[in-house]
Amino acid sequence: MKLLRQITIILLFVFLGELLNKFIGIPIPGSILGMVLLLVSLLTGIVKLKQIDEVSRFLLDHMAVLFVPAGVGLISVIGVVKDTWWILLLISISTTFLVMSVTGLVVKFTRR
Amino acid sequence: MREITSTALFGVMISLIAFEIGLMIQRKTKKSFLNPLLLAIAIVIFVLQAGKIPLENYNKGGQWIAFLMAPATVALAVPLYKNFELLKKHKWPIIIGIFTGCVTSVASILLLSKAFGLDKALSMSLIPKSVTTPIGIEISKQLGGIPEVTVLAIVVTGITGAIIAPFVCKLFKINDRVAMGIAIGTSSHVLGTTKAIEMGEIEGGMSGLAIGVSGLVTVIIAPAMVTISQYLIHL
Repeated sequence: MKLLRQITIILLFVFLGELLNKFIGIPIPGSILGMVLLLVSLLTGIVKLKQIDEVSRFLLDHMAVLFVPAGVGLISVIGVVKDTWWILLLISISTTFLVMSVTGLVVKFTRR
Repeated sequence: MREITSTALFGVMISLIAFEIGLMIQRKTKKSFLNPLLLAIAIVIFVLQAGKIPLENYNKGGQWIAFLMAPATVALAVPLYKNFELLKKHKWPIIIGIFTGCVTSVASILLLSKAFGLDKALSMSLIPKSVTTPIGIEISKQLGGIPEVTVLAIVVTGITGAIIAPFVCKLFKINDRVAMGIAIGTSSHVLGTTKAIEMGEIEGGMSGLAIGVSGLVTVIIAPAMVTISQYLIHL
């Protein structure tokens, strides 16, 4: 029953986030709002870490596999990237290098 | 055969098996560019094409797996919570670093997309490529991008980040563990974080924290920067 309760708590925060997004109209994705709500609840002690620990670890450890369906969906848009795939690849790789370098250097020098 | 592939079980099973094969290949070869996720996507696409199985059949099961993305995003609150003390202690360098990183990311993508003459839907798809997938998909939809293209850009970014992290570390002499962790999480989300965890506990924790914060920052700044760019460079 412990795991079931953990799943219920996490789904409840997903739902609360969706609620804020859809009905109050906060223009931030519902799952992000749910994450913020859960963080606040953990910090204020409304939710204890041990009440969600196992299920959240399971979800975080297996996050990569959750992206498979979204990636497979690419075959439905293959025509869109047929001519531009190399540009997309080039931009993706070069900006990753740029962002990592800039972020690392900024944190390094602002900590001095 | 047709009946079997149109059940939810098929999509779930083939995704999990493909991922296991991907993990096995990476474990055997130890090559970081042979990412299990990328391999799994390739294997599933190959099976669908070879068996002439329509995407909608696969998606009956696929949507069960994708459903877990929202709870997984909510669960990102846990590493944020666990590293909250470290975050408080170094809050300004961390916040300034992540913010600068996110602005750099969106700005460089906008400029390069313009330079290469990409159309709007494609450049919007690239904008959230440094944030974690569930957040990235939402941002992409909001900006008018193509979520499938975004997912691929996110995966490529994550794998790139995991490969270049040690190299960037050496090149710019970043021996500060907090700085390196933040840099990895901000630029290459969950996939980069797997490398950060290998590098050390502080790197891993900081990288995990940066995933959540950079996701939030990008959600807020991306629409604003896109609007500004329309005036400045007529994208």
